[in-house]
Amino acid sequence: MNIIARFVRRVRIFFRRERFVRELDEEMAFHREQTEKELMAEGMTPKGAHYAAMRQFGNATKLKEQSHDVVAFHVETVGQDLRFAMRQGAKNPGLALTAVLILAMGMGVSVAIFGFVDAALLQPLPYADPNRLVSVNESNIESEQWPLSYPDYLDWKQMNRSLSSLEVYRQAGYLLRTHGVVEPVQAARVSGGFFRTLGVRPMLGRDFYPDEDRPGGPNVLLLSYGAWLHHFGARQDIASQTVDLDNAAYTVIGVLPRSFSFGPSSNAEFWVPINSFSPHEKKRNFYSFSGIGRLRDGVAVNTARAELAGIAKQLQQQYAITRPPNLSAASVVSLSEVIVGDVRPILLALMGGAGLLLLIACVNVASLVLVRSESRRREIAVRTSLGASRGRLLRQFATEGLLLAGVGSATGVILASWLMKLLARIVPKDMEANMPFLGGAGLNAHTIAFTMIIAFMAAVLLAAAPVLRLTFQRVSDGLNDGDRGSASQLWQRLGAKMVMVELAVAVVLLADAGLLGQSFYRLLHVRLGFDPSHLATVRVMAPDTAYKNDEQIVGLQREIVRRVSSLPGVESAGLTSMLPARCTCATDDIQVEGRPFQGQHNEVVERHVSPEYLSALKAKLLRGRLFSDTDAAGRPGVAVISETLARKFFPGENPLGHRITNEEGGKPSAWEIVGVAEDVREGPLDAETWPAEYFPIEQTRDHDFSLAVRTRQEADALLPELVRTLRQIDPNLGISDEMTMKEQIESTQTALLHEFSAWLVGGFAAMALILGVFGVYGVIAYSVSQRTREIGIRMALGAERSSIYRFVMREAVRLTGAGLAMGLVCSVGASLLTRSMLFGVEAWDPTTLVCVVVLLGLASLAASFLPARRAASVNPMDALRAE
Amino acid sequence: MIKLMHKKPELLPGTLDMLILKTLARVPLHGYGIALSIKRHSSDVLTVEEGSLYPALQRLLVHGWVKAEWKMTETNRRARFYTLTAAGRKQLGTELSQFEEMIAAIGRVLSDANEEV
Repeated sequence: MNIIARFVRRVRIFFRRERFVRELDEEMAFHREQTEKELMAEGMTPKGAHYAAMRQFGNATKLKEQSHDVVAFHVETVGQDLRFAMRQGAKNPGLALTAVLILAMGMGVSVAIFGFVDAALLQPLPYADPNRLVSVNESNIESEQWPLSYPDYLDWKQMNRSLSSLEVYRQAGYLLRTHGVVEPVQAARVSGGFFRTLGVRPMLGRDFYPDEDRPGGPNVLLLSYGAWLHHFGARQDIASQTVDLDNAAYTVIGVLPRSFSFGPSSNAEFWVPINSFSPHEKKRNFYSFSGIGRLRDGVAVNTARAELAGIAKQLQQQYAITRPPNLSAASVVSLSEVIVGDVRPILLALMGGAGLLLLIACVNVASLVLVRSESRRREIAVRTSLGASRGRLLRQFATEGLLLAGVGSATGVILASWLMKLLARIVPKDMEANMPFLGGAGLNAHTIAFTMIIAFMAAVLLAAAPVLRLTFQRVSDGLNDGDRGSASQLWQRLGAKMVMVELAVAVVLLADAGLLGQSFYRLLHVRLGFDPSHLATVRVMAPDTAYKNDEQIVGLQREIVRRVSSLPGVESAGLTSMLPARCTCATDDIQVEGRPFQGQHNEVVERHVSPEYLSALKAKLLRGRLFSDTDAAGRPGVAVISETLARKFFPGENPLGHRITNEEGGKPSAWEIVGVAEDVREGPLDAETWPAEYFPIEQTRDHDFSLAVRTRQEADALLPELVRTLRQIDPNLGISDEMTMKEQIESTQTALLHEFSAWLVGGFAAMALILGVFGVYGVIAYSVSQRTREIGIRMALGAERSSIYRFVMREAVRLTGAGLAMGLVCSVGASLLTRSMLFGVEAWDPTTLVCVVVLLGLASLAASFLPARRAASVNPMDALRAE
Repeated sequence: MIKLMHKKPELLPGTLDMLILKTLARVPLHGYGIALSIKRHSSDVLTVEEGSLYPALQRLLVHGWVKAEWKMTETNRRARFYTLTAAGRKQLGTELSQFEEMIAAIGRVLSDANEEV
């Protein structure tokens, strides 16, 4: 109570400050008068009494201040300090602005990157109790995560005790027909309890009923929020409407909430229960379903993995799966690992980079503040001798530091929110599809808290720098301006250390940017095995309801190739089941006929291509022949194999004439090798080249294929014509992803990720370079300005200008050398951490390191050259007279 | 505020508030009056410096131990008179008993010391 009452009284006085001062004045005047009277009564002259009273009373202003201090809030002096700090800033706007901008940049970048780290790594996945969710798969020696087969899934689900639920999903594509327009859409087929396991409820309508995922269940679907919005205009009455997918009627039963996303199924818009199966999906050795499960309470991931591995082994023995024995384990990992695992190293590396940039920015601003406090030595000394207490001065400097950090942070936050929007836009599309939460990066409680923390640390640093500086200084040093006492030496040492740190950080960032840039370059110049220029591509989906048998689909494919090849400017056109450079998916397990089978697992990439495809790509034929029109449906199976496949399975042998066997579409099939082609990079740019086999597309019946067209002019000019022609052939075809092969490659996840990180780290490095060089300039220029007299004396005593240059540059070289050496050591360490992001270049790539050292060394020497020239052009007479 | 090496004996630290409160317990007074009263009652041994008096008065006001009002003196001059409040009387009691305890303790220490020597 007392405290509150006291506070209220203080507040009252605060609002009546003027009256308070007036009353105090009057009271003290009265006191003085009384003292005077008393002294006169003792026999003093009026004048003498007056002065004696004044003397006895002492410094009235100080007294008033002391009285005031008792009742005042320190807010008032903070106000004074703030006003003073702002005046200081206004007097030297260049310096204040530079400091604020540097700080804002460092803060902005850090906060922006943190926004993404937060969205991806810190925020829990948008599911109920996400820590208990696991991704469940089979696993073997070659692949940690190998999808489940449907029969295995059913058994695992029934036999396991570790999971309270186990569900599967598989990506799918459909042709959606709305008002006579057909478009391909992304979908996912899921088992019935999929959404219940995730803990997601539809915002409209209902979830799947338990029996809807049994074979022969009804055609029902759930819409994603996006699909509801874009395809159906967000109609409230959407539930129980029917939708035409692949010429079949599906009933919409509900709409998923806006916040729902499931990365592993990409950007599926339509969610359908798994209740109809293709013939091979029913087989125990057709592995194509991915599982998610929820751990029972108290069950650890490892326990679940051990249990499922046991079940997998048991099933394998029970069904005598001819599949190799190494496919017997189970993979159970946390779901968040699967969803954000890819992006974690990149984000952490970027966060590290941003942190370094922030460090360099703070160091830079701190040294600016120090230089300024140095130039204010006289002011400080004068104020101290006029009675300013040390505490008062410290408070003043702290206020200035806080003001700087505050304004810098506020600007930084604005910059950060803008940067986050910008970055969200340049996040690679595939990455965004898998991690839609990246788009949600923005200012929220986490980012604001992070901002406050780093703003606080910056404020402490900026306030502490001059305070420490002040603590080491004697007043007399300050008054005696010509004297460069211990204080300025201390600063020089401190400043030099700071600059070395800045340079070292700049080396680390530049080296990293160099390595990432090189990786990106090498990635785009990796040997493709085909010529990507002048290639137009488009993906085609033919509805299987309209193209039911081989003749119909083959007829369509022939028609497409014929019509497109005759377009003006087209050299040749071919079809493939999947375009190169995208993904190692669509693989096959093969054996060579006549070779003993010992359970080995021979996984190769499988592509179905039309006769013209490989030549349209300009892939080189090494042996035998490519396909021809005679390799048609119903004819003996033939295959073209890649060089790597030939080397792996037929070392020192002629593979032509051998037959490879597999199960194609669920049937045992054999394919005679008729040709060997040079490796075409079918998988991602940064992956090892896999062995590949090509089968004639007419012998495999694909409804989903891509067209590659070799053009004479620029490929993108042909794209509209290409789409028009396809629509003319059949308006019911699903046509998507029309782009040139170059765009296709540059937009692969791998290329985009590398490009993204190379550009970002490159940006950081550029800023670090500028700041580092700026720092060197600052220190050298300051040191020259402090030693003007010394230089003057040297010159007066006959020193040559060249020796002055040498004198200044020697210091610069020493600083730069030390900084660079430190940076080199650190950068090798740092790039070892980012090694997983490098491609085709070692973490300690000497070329990069040498380039960085030369670049930074030259830049920092150039920056020191300016002050050196100023020093050398000093007029000795002026320099000596100046002080 | 308390200067060492002063010609005159200094007030014991922390006793000024108590002296002011005690003085005001007799009669409401203005600042000069308080200083004068303390000087007289101590037979000129204790002088309260203005530099300590006015900050102390502000402190007492903020604590609510005294209240101030402008009145006329006998010589018809406007002056700020301080009066002890109920809370101030209580505070005076507390300080007095603490002070007496301490004096007694110091006395014991000193007399013990004498006996031992």
